[in-house]
Amino acid sequence: MNNILVTKEVTKHFGKHIALNNVSLEIPRNSIYGLLGPNGAGKTTLIRIINQITHPDKGSVFFGGEKLKAEHIAQIGYLPEERGLYKNMKVGEQALYLAQLKGLSKSEAKKRLKFWFERLEIGNWWDKKIQELSKGMAQKIQFIVTVLHEPKLLIFDEPFSGFDPINANIIKEEILKLKEKGTSIIFSTHRMESVEELCEYIALIHKSEKILDGKLSDIKKAYKNNIYKIGLQTPNGDALLGELSGKFKISASDYNTVEQQLDFTMQFPGKETGEILSYLASKGNINSFVETIPSANEIFIKTVQSKNNNE
Amino acid sequence: MNKLFLIIKREYIAKVRNKSFVVMTFLSPILMVGMGVLIAYLTKINDNEKSIVALLNESDYFSNEFLTTEGTSFIHFNEINLETAKDSTLKMGYSGLLYIPKESNLEQVVARSFFYSEKSPNTSLISRLELVFQDRLREKRLQNLGVSTKDFSALKVNYAINTATFNGKQNVKGINEIKAVIGGAFGYLIMMFIIIYGGFVMRSVIEEKTSRIIEIIISSVKPFQLMLGKILGTSLAGITQFIIWILLGSLLMLVALSFLDIELSALQNGAELTASINTALPTVDQTMQVYAQELLDIPWFTLLSFFIIYFLLGYLIYSSIYAAIGAAVDNETDTQQFIFPIILPLMLAIYVGFFSVFSNPHGPIAVGFSIFPLTSPIVMLMRLPSGIGEGGVPLWQLLTSILLLIVTFIGIVWLASKIYRVGILMYGKKPTYKEIFKWLKY
Repeated sequence: MNNILVTKEVTKHFGKHIALNNVSLEIPRNSIYGLLGPNGAGKTTLIRIINQITHPDKGSVFFGGEKLKAEHIAQIGYLPEERGLYKNMKVGEQALYLAQLKGLSKSEAKKRLKFWFERLEIGNWWDKKIQELSKGMAQKIQFIVTVLHEPKLLIFDEPFSGFDPINANIIKEEILKLKEKGTSIIFSTHRMESVEELCEYIALIHKSEKILDGKLSDIKKAYKNNIYKIGLQTPNGDALLGELSGKFKISASDYNTVEQQLDFTMQFPGKETGEILSYLASKGNINSFVETIPSANEIFIKTVQSKNNNE
Repeated sequence: MNKLFLIIKREYIAKVRNKSFVVMTFLSPILMVGMGVLIAYLTKINDNEKSIVALLNESDYFSNEFLTTEGTSFIHFNEINLETAKDSTLKMGYSGLLYIPKESNLEQVVARSFFYSEKSPNTSLISRLELVFQDRLREKRLQNLGVSTKDFSALKVNYAINTATFNGKQNVKGINEIKAVIGGAFGYLIMMFIIIYGGFVMRSVIEEKTSRIIEIIISSVKPFQLMLGKILGTSLAGITQFIIWILLGSLLMLVALSFLDIELSALQNGAELTASINTALPTVDQTMQVYAQELLDIPWFTLLSFFIIYFLLGYLIYSSIYAAIGAAVDNETDTQQFIFPIILPLMLAIYVGFFSVFSNPHGPIAVGFSIFPLTSPIVMLMRLPSGIGEGGVPLWQLLTSILLLIVTFIGIVWLASKIYRVGILMYGKKPTYKEIFKWLKY
């Protein structure tokens, strides 16, 4: 069984509104899986179904090969996007309470909390109340509470919102460490920078439907459009540029007349690059030739736009 | 089960540790007893103020009819004229001057008598004086008709109609009211408990929503468990508060009584005094005995058992509605439109109870409201002191009422938990009834 979680044709309605329409996903074990999509696409609904907060109208969810059931809750850790803590409760008591709700014994929870509090250097917060802490500080505690029961599957919904860059980095490191230890992680976000860094797999959800999923590197390969960034030392760059733009799609061109340096991005008509390259080489000295790989953000925007255009 | 216990424990601790809760718990009985003491004290002062009335009696028709009573004493002026009497009354600071002139007959005397006072006179004093004149006049007129003074005093009557049930048990006038008041006290207790602690449940739900912890929690427990735990935890805190109120209240009452020098023995003496008066008046004594018997006859055990049943069911119904409201809204200001329809049946129950059950505990209105599930916990308890079965609440009514209440309880809790489940995850919208109705279908 290579997948920690599988959803099969999950559909969910809220009245007349369809929140999820036949969404099937396969989330591989021990990977970081990015669940992407614009706001309101249905990501949170899907996550809530996985957490058994709501139930699908149609379709099924399998956790580690078994049909999802109540006992699985203890094996899932969930950091919701809308998150907070009791304002009037002390940090330590609160963390203990939430850990016990996840099924940990009091003594075990205490032991693990101590470990995590020291690890994130917040040992002296135990007796503080949440209202005395900043938002970022509270987020650290929420993170600890999410991972404390050592779940097999962790679900983070916009985990970095509310963190300053330093703490966001600490949390990112922790997430990567958890992955190394064998935890599978679902990472829901609409911020693409973090996706590039962390995710091996992604699924793109748009208007209640999955429109794209797979290994990020495969997707990127598929979305490559034979676009190359070329640097060329040539005495008559402007003329060459004019000639090329008649035949190919050229963008972001710049010719520095003093240094006789021509930089441009060009889409090749096919995978074959040799002929054009040798032509270019005859015109001057090629000093850079790089294939541009689309960023997750570009793929995201492109897919969503083409989807919108098709409708 | 273990999780439910954890939730109950947290809710309970969070509630009893809350500063305003602690303050209310200990301050309320102090305020209540303090208020009682203040009222008692003020009444005592008021009672202690005796009005002294100067009496200038020139006629022969009155001699010692004006007796010093608890609130009034009379100073007799002799052989001075009216003007001097007025002056001295004013100077001495008496409440007033009663002037009875010398005339040839009583009718004239009465017609010309005056009560002079600086301020407008105390009505109870005036009516007491009037009573003396009336008695004297009646006596005189009866004398003219040939009835002697002795016969006249023998004529005084004190009568109350005897009432009984058909099976011969003696009934007492007013006992229905007393019974209804006892039942009403229980009903009122239920209403207060629902309003106070239902509100607590609601606020606690809203707090979880606004602090955004709700989704973290319901990824570990079922929303229904959370709702139930919240209601039970808050109720336990409420019961704790009630017990402290009762204990502290009675303790303070004892302290206050001894402080006020109204010793319990004095009260007992008073009781003995009334008892000795009562022996002199056999009819009154009998009545008292019947009252006492009736109070003893109130099925206290039944009443208490049903109080617990109605209390639990009624409270659970209402507090789950409160929980649903808390889940539906984002902040407390939005709750008003939803709270009013809840308070309405409670208020109705209390008022219908007091107006209709008092006068006729088994009339159609009383029966109807004691069966209708949203009012039955209060109204039925007002009817129950008269017992079950003959002369009391018919068994079928009691059973129907409880059965309906249980069905309603299941229905409402089911509906409320649906609203709760959807509502707690809805942010930023002020819901309408229509929307909440839609949630039921999610």
